[in-house]
Amino acid sequence: MTEDPADRTAGDAAAGPADAVTCAGLVHTFGETRAVDGLELSVRPGEVFGLLGPNGAGKTTAIRCITTLLPVPAGTVRVFGRDAAQERMAVRRLLGYVPQQLSADAALTGRENVTLFARVFDVPRRERAARVAQALAAVDLTEAADRLANTYSGGMVRRLELAQALVSAPRLLILDEPTIGLDPIARTGVWDHINAVRAATGMTVLVTTHYMDEADQYCDRVGLMHRGRIRALGTPAELRQGLGERRRAEGTGGDALPTLEDVFRAVAGSGLDESSGDFRDVRSTRRTAHRVG
Amino acid sequence: MSEAPVAPPTASADPARERGIGLLVQPPQPRAGWRVLPARVVAMCAVELQKLRHDRTELYTRAVQPALWLLIFGQTFTRIHAIPTGGIPYIDFMAPGIIAQSAMFIAIFYGIQIIWERDAGVLNKLLVTPTPRSALITGKAFAAGVKSLIQAVVVIAIAAVLGVALTWNPLRLLGVGAAVVLGSAFFSCLSMTIAGVVLSRDRLMGIGQAITMPLFFGSNALYPVAVMPGWLQAVSRANPLSYQVDALRGLLLGTPAHLAADFGVLLVAAAAGIAAASSLLGRLAR
Ligand SMILES: Nc1ncnc2c1ncn2[C@@H]1O[C@H](COP(=O)(O)OP(=O)(O)OP(=O)(O)O)[C@@H](O)[C@H]1O
Ligand SMILES: [Mg+2]
Repeated sequence: MTEDPADRTAGDAAAGPADAVTCAGLVHTFGETRAVDGLELSVRPGEVFGLLGPNGAGKTTAIRCITTLLPVPAGTVRVFGRDAAQERMAVRRLLGYVPQQLSADAALTGRENVTLFARVFDVPRRERAARVAQALAAVDLTEAADRLANTYSGGMVRRLELAQALVSAPRLLILDEPTIGLDPIARTGVWDHINAVRAATGMTVLVTTHYMDEADQYCDRVGLMHRGRIRALGTPAELRQGLGERRRAEGTGGDALPTLEDVFRAVAGSGLDESSGDFRDVRSTRRTAHRVG
Repeated sequence: MSEAPVAPPTASADPARERGIGLLVQPPQPRAGWRVLPARVVAMCAVELQKLRHDRTELYTRAVQPALWLLIFGQTFTRIHAIPTGGIPYIDFMAPGIIAQSAMFIAIFYGIQIIWERDAGVLNKLLVTPTPRSALITGKAFAAGVKSLIQAVVVIAIAAVLGVALTWNPLRLLGVGAAVVLGSAFFSCLSMTIAGVVLSRDRLMGIGQAITMPLFFGSNALYPVAVMPGWLQAVSRANPLSYQVDALRGLLLGTPAHLAADFGVLLVAAAAGIAAASSLLGRLAR
């Protein structure tokens, strides 16, 4: 990837309407671990893009680079044309972010949690109460708004986090495993609210999930990540068909139409050694699940 | 939603208004330049006040220690006249020291809260808002100041009940508030700086406990600088707590003080603390 700023601006002019997210040659290492290893990714405006992949594939790390939480040591990351390394504040104003772990402040009420984010996104005072109320209403938390968040169930905390992210009217909503540890009804609830707000506002959604049925049902396109790179990209239907055709050509797999989970296994299972999904990942996933339950 | 085509953003306002979320379409107008910092400070202080409103136990439990200091140590030493205080009762002399001490204790353990917020993911979310790291730390520092200030009000009330002759001049009390907030801003930044180095709650707890008593005894909170051995005088001179106590004593009791120097040192210390803690905040974000 080019590091020349002059080249970058030239690229901008040619690019036309900017993609919601562009990662080019993104690399991020933790010591010896190449968590993200030359990621190429582009998310189109208005779509729901699912980033899939096994534990330790580098999904969270890539997302943390896009959100400006981690520096971009090599390659470029752009959000609606803004460089995540150089225009951090501008990028952050475009983002709503719900991290992998549950992260509402338990010592505050739901309303106070959302109000804090309205304040730090500079919502003017005269508009603040109404905007916070709308964000809470959008995720069905109006009734519970004035209870402390430590009385919320896992699904409610997730919806509260969604309200926190939505209160600033982000153009890009980034959700890292929004439904992890939730029961099927709560999962559907979270997705219904995401989709309703998206239909109303036209925002772009970048989401990671380990539930292939969710990805199949709710994502316009998915990228299958493995060992720090996208290994398969397309609509869920395209990926399923692709695998079906390959299997037919090879004469393996029989007649059954492959599911997205089969695609996942085909990509992530190929040459998989025990290096991925290490103890850290399992532990953090467990912690999240525990906090939810 | 693979079957439904993506809604074009231009036609978005109407369905949003229909669903009663019309405001969630329009991003708020960003504040620019110097206005960002005070807005973030207000946001962080508001959170601190809301937390205090929901749970006041810490306020009460933290009042026990200063009450005991004043009641037992203060009254006893007032009777034995062991420490030269320039003509005022010993309990009066030590009251500003105890106010400063209780404010410092709160601030020194404030870093634990930021590590807790890191572990809970709250800090990461704040770091993805348009809040520069220095503004976040300044906000937290002043939030710690607000917490300490409320604690100081409680201790001042206890001191008044025990008969300490305090000033009720509003201007002087305003100065007292400023000294408490600035001192707490420094000590909370010290704590957040250590948090950024050790990155763990337990270690920060241990270090906090290890430094609070030396900071307290190495200051003029309990005895005037004049009676200290030379080495302790040097320690006291480098200790921001001494300047805070000196200012509090001068303002609350009207004893001779060096207010300009005191506030100068507290301001510089707080600014340095904010700079140090901000530069280490990135370590907590990983
Ligand atoms: N802060 C960190 N320090 C050291 N290594 C890390 C850190 N964060 C992630 N890693 C490592 O980087 C790799 C990618 O991790 P990452 O969290 O991005 O994966 P993921 O795709 O989000 O996995 P999961 O599905 O379990 O959430 C893993 O091997 C992980 O152990
Ligand atoms: Mg992850």
